[in-house]
Amino acid sequence: MDKKLPTIEIIEKYCKGCHICVEFCPTKVLEMKGFVASVKNLEACIKCMQCELRCPDFAIKVTA
Amino acid sequence: MAFDYDKYIRPGKLPHIWCPGCGHGIVMKGLIRAIDTLGLEKNNTAIVSGIGCASRLPGYLDFCTLHTAHGRAAAFATGVKMARPEMNVICVGGDGDGTAIGGNHFIHACRRNINMTYIVMNNNIYGMTGGQFSPCTPTGAKASTTPYGNPDPAFDVAKLAIGAGATFVARGTAYHATQIDKLIVEAVQHKGFSVVEILDDCPTTYGRRNKFKSVIEMMNRLKDIAVPVKAAEKMTPEQLQGKIITGVLFKEERPEYTAEYAKVIERAKGGK
Ligand SMILES: Cc1ncc(C[n+]2csc(CCOP(=O)(O)OP(=O)(O)O)c2C)c(N)n1
Ligand code: SF4
Ligand code: SF4
Ligand code: SF4
Ligand SMILES: [Mg+2]
Repeated sequence: MDKKLPTIEIIEKYCKGCHICVEFCPTKVLEMKGFVASVKNLEACIKCMQCELRCPDFAIKVTA
Repeated sequence: MAFDYDKYIRPGKLPHIWCPGCGHGIVMKGLIRAIDTLGLEKNNTAIVSGIGCASRLPGYLDFCTLHTAHGRAAAFATGVKMARPEMNVICVGGDGDGTAIGGNHFIHACRRNINMTYIVMNNNIYGMTGGQFSPCTPTGAKASTTPYGNPDPAFDVAKLAIGAGATFVARGTAYHATQIDKLIVEAVQHKGFSVVEILDDCPTTYGRRNKFKSVIEMMNRLKDIAVPVKAAEKMTPEQLQGKIITGVLFKEERPEYTAEYAKVIERAKGGK
């Protein structure tokens, strides 16, 4: 597997804390920190982009 | 590479007004990706809506947009398409807007087979006004106007569209985000009236009343009930109980309205 880590940007002023990205990330990369999503375990990211696709608020960007 | 949505959004419009976990944002992103795939030009694309939370969508997009009267998206869009048949016209709106007050416009646009796409964001409720039942609220479900459970059967929007004469009908869900843009791309490419129903969630006015503990439970329900067309073909009616079939459900070729109308104009001018 490609060892280069992706960049995951969370735009905190857009995040509404819905938990969707956290819950449906297949490798549990993300967590909630208070009311906003945050990156917990970047190494586990498989760059599937599901978090970015499902975030209703344009608040998460994954750059592989 | 992260997808660049900003290119299609009017500057300064985000964050949007939708509640945490409302699927309307997921549908809007799917529509933007579809427009990007199709390469639709901003000045040659009209996005038209009625009234409701779903109908707020065009206000965010940097295209030719019309936010019209409740239920009237299809009527205004028909006007746009008749005046400028070369434009790409896409209607968006809720289940209430499209199948209650706007049900009449919706079915007749289907019947005419005018070349445009209508996206119904079906969250089974009137979200904007506080959760009154819509024609798409399931039997037994609670709404502010059905506190003891809804006695009415619900419309199946896709079947309604097929019955009324739409020539392309597809269904997806807010959970299945990658499928949304694919369905919209196919719908827009189809020459005729195309309908894409997206099963959506309104955690604020539907979820809370109907014992969904969270947005995640609502998303999981969408995940669980969806069965792709191909898989459904191999299932028995018993196995399909409580499921909803997703994908392209119907497609046929039939004369398109603006092309037929152009012929009427020619005849009126004395040609044949
Ligand atoms: C003529 C008219 N009647 C009623 C209303 C009140 N109204 C505003 S939005 C709405 C329902 C919207 O429901 P839906 O289309 O499902 O959109 P959602 O908010 O669920 O996304 C109603 C009844 C109105 N704005 N105009
Ligand atoms: S890209 Fe996939 S694996 Fe990486 S954080 Fe997002 S959902 Fe998780
Ligand atoms: S899906 Fe988007 S809005 Fe929801 S918690 Fe994640 S980043 Fe925030
Ligand atoms: S009320 Fe419902 S439909 Fe309206 S923005 Fe909130 S969750 Fe979405
Ligand atoms: Mg609705």
